[in-house]
Amino acid sequence: MVSAERVLAVLSLLVPIVALLWVSSYSKVTPELGGVPFFYWYQILWIPVSALFTGAAYLLLNRDAKQRKAAPGAVDTAAGAKAGGRP
Amino acid sequence: MKHGVNVTALVVFVLFFVAVTVMGFLASRWRRADDAQHLDEWGLGGRSFGTWVTWFLLGGDLYTAYTFIAVPAAVYGAGAAGFFAVPYTIIAYPLVFLFLPRLWSVARVHGYVTPADFVRGRYGSRGLSLAVAVTGILATMPYIALQLVGIQAVLDTLGVGGGANSNWFVKDLPLFLAFAVLAAYTYSSGLRAPALIAFVKDTLVYIVIIVAVIYIPMRLGGYGHIFDTAAQKFNTVNPKTGKPAGSMVTGPNAQWAYATLALGSSLALFMYPHTVTGVLAAKSRNTVRRNMAILPAYSLMLGLLALLGFMAIAAGMGKGVKGYNAQLAVPQLFAGLFPDWFTGVAFAAIGIGALVPAAIMSIAAANLFTRNIYKEFLKPDATPAQETKVAKLSSLLVKVGALAFVLGMDKQFAINLQLLGGLWIMQTFVSIVGGLFTRWFHRWALLAGWAVGMVYGTWKTYGIASPATKHFGGNTAVIPGIGQIGFIGFTAFVLNLIVAVVLTVVLRAAKAPEGADETRREDYSAEAGEAAVDNAPVPAAAH
Repeated sequence: MVSAERVLAVLSLLVPIVALLWVSSYSKVTPELGGVPFFYWYQILWIPVSALFTGAAYLLLNRDAKQRKAAPGAVDTAAGAKAGGRP
Repeated sequence: MKHGVNVTALVVFVLFFVAVTVMGFLASRWRRADDAQHLDEWGLGGRSFGTWVTWFLLGGDLYTAYTFIAVPAAVYGAGAAGFFAVPYTIIAYPLVFLFLPRLWSVARVHGYVTPADFVRGRYGSRGLSLAVAVTGILATMPYIALQLVGIQAVLDTLGVGGGANSNWFVKDLPLFLAFAVLAAYTYSSGLRAPALIAFVKDTLVYIVIIVAVIYIPMRLGGYGHIFDTAAQKFNTVNPKTGKPAGSMVTGPNAQWAYATLALGSSLALFMYPHTVTGVLAAKSRNTVRRNMAILPAYSLMLGLLALLGFMAIAAGMGKGVKGYNAQLAVPQLFAGLFPDWFTGVAFAAIGIGALVPAAIMSIAAANLFTRNIYKEFLKPDATPAQETKVAKLSSLLVKVGALAFVLGMDKQFAINLQLLGGLWIMQTFVSIVGGLFTRWFHRWALLAGWAVGMVYGTWKTYGIASPATKHFGGNTAVIPGIGQIGFIGFTAFVLNLIVAVVLTVVLRAAKAPEGADETRREDYSAEAGEAAVDNAPVPAAAH
C-alpha cells in the first residue's frame, strides 16, 4: 500500500511541524523585517508556507487515489470519486 | 480614555447584531431538507456543507471572540510566550490532516454524530464512550462561558453595562439579551444558523484586522517604534518579583514550554466536540482535506492579531493602571485609535465572533448529551425526532448554564476551567485517534489511561498559584524525567499513552474481553459518492 506519493505526502505534512517545534532555530531578535523582530515575522511567514505543504499533500494523495482507481485489478468500481459528488 | 457611552460605535454594533439575528432565524430555510426532524439536520446541517461553507464555519468555530481578546492579551502581558498560539495553529492542520479524513469517513458510513459515537462503535464500550462524552461536555461548557467574557469586554469598553454603581440587572441586561437571541435562533435553526452567520463574522474579522495592522502602526509611528516600546517594557525588571514581566523572544528555559504548549494544544484542537461537529457537517472527505490547506488563512489573521498586543503597549493602554485587566487592552486600543464608527465595526466583529462558536459549541454539547447519555443510557429506543427534540432543549440548558457560570462565578474561574478543558479534552486523543488507525488498544486500558491523564493534569494544575488566583494559576510545570518546564496537558497526555500501551499488553496477555467492533477497514477511507456512503444507515440529506 506504500507509494511514493503517500510517503511524500506524509513528509510534506511533517516539515512545518518539525520546523515550528524547533524553537531554538527561531528564538532570536535579528534579522528584523520592517521593524518586526525575527521571532515574529519568521513564524508568521510559516503560516502561508505550511499551507503550501498541506496543499501539496492534498494533491499528492489525490494523485495516489486516481492511480489506485486506474490500476488493473482494482476492487473498487464504485460510482467514482467525484469530490462531493451526489448521485 | 473616553468615559460614558460611545453612541456612534454602539449604534453600528447594534445594527450588525440585529442583522445577524435576522439571518440566524432565516437560516432554518437555507438548504432545508425533507426530514427536518432528524438529528443530522439540526445537529450537523444535513452533512451537506461544501468546501467554502465548511471553511467559513470552521474558521468561525476555531477562531473565537475569546481568541481575539486572549491571544493579544497574552502577548500584551508576557510578550513571546503569548505568541505560541501561532505555531499551535500552524502545526494543527498538517497534524489533523493525517486523521480527520478517516474520522469523517467512518462517521459518514455509520451515521456517527459525535466522537463518542465513534468510540462506542469502534470499541463496543459504553464506559469509554461515556468518558469521552462527559469530557467533551466538561471541556465545552467553560469555553462557551468565555465567549460571554469576550462580549462583556466589548460591552464594557462601549460603556454599556459597565460602571460599578449600576445594579446587577442593568449591568448584565445587554448580555442577557444577546444570549436570549442566540439561544432562540440556535434552537430553531440548528447548525445552519452559525454556518450562515459565520460569513458575516469572518468577513468583518478580516476587514478589521487588515485595517488594524495597517492603520494603527501608522498612528503609532511604525512597527519599529512599537517593538522598541514593547522591548522597553519587557526589559524592565519588576521590583516586586525581581523578574522582567516578559520577553521579546523565548528564553533558553522557555523553549520546551513553548513547543509543548503548541504541540499539545494542536492535539487538543480537533478533539473538541464543536470542531468535530464542524468537520462532520462537511459533505465529503475531500472537503475536509481541502480545508486543512485553506484554513491557515485564518491563522494568518491570528498571527497579525497577536501583534496588536504590542501595539496596545506602544499606545500606552493600561500603563500605570494597577491590576489592569489585559483583556481590555485590545478593545481599548480600538476605541482609542479608530474613528467611532469603525470601533463599532470592530466590536461587532468580536461580538458576532462570540455568537458563532457559542452556537456551535452548545449544539455539539447537546449532540453529545443526546446521543451518548440520553439515547445510550436513558431512552435507548428514542426515535430520531425525539433525539432532535432533546438536543434542542439541551442546547438551551447548556447556554443557560454558561450564562449562570459567567454571572454567578468569578470570571477567573471560567478562564482557569477553560485552560483545564484543553488539558482534559486532550486525554480523549488516544482513544479517538488511536482508534482511527488500529484496534490494538484495549478499551479498559484506554479508559485507565484517560483517567490517569485527567487526574494527573488536574492535580498538577491545581497546585499552581499565580498573582491572580490561588489555584489553577498556570499550565506549565517541570516535566518529570526531563527536568524542563513544559505544558502539563502534554505531560498528562504522554502518561495517558504509556498507561494505555502497558495495560493493553497486560490485558491482551490476560485475554480480557475485547468488545465488538462494528467498523470495517474500508469504512475509514470511504468517500462521498461511493456505495458504502450512499447505503449508510442515515439517509443523505436531500435538498
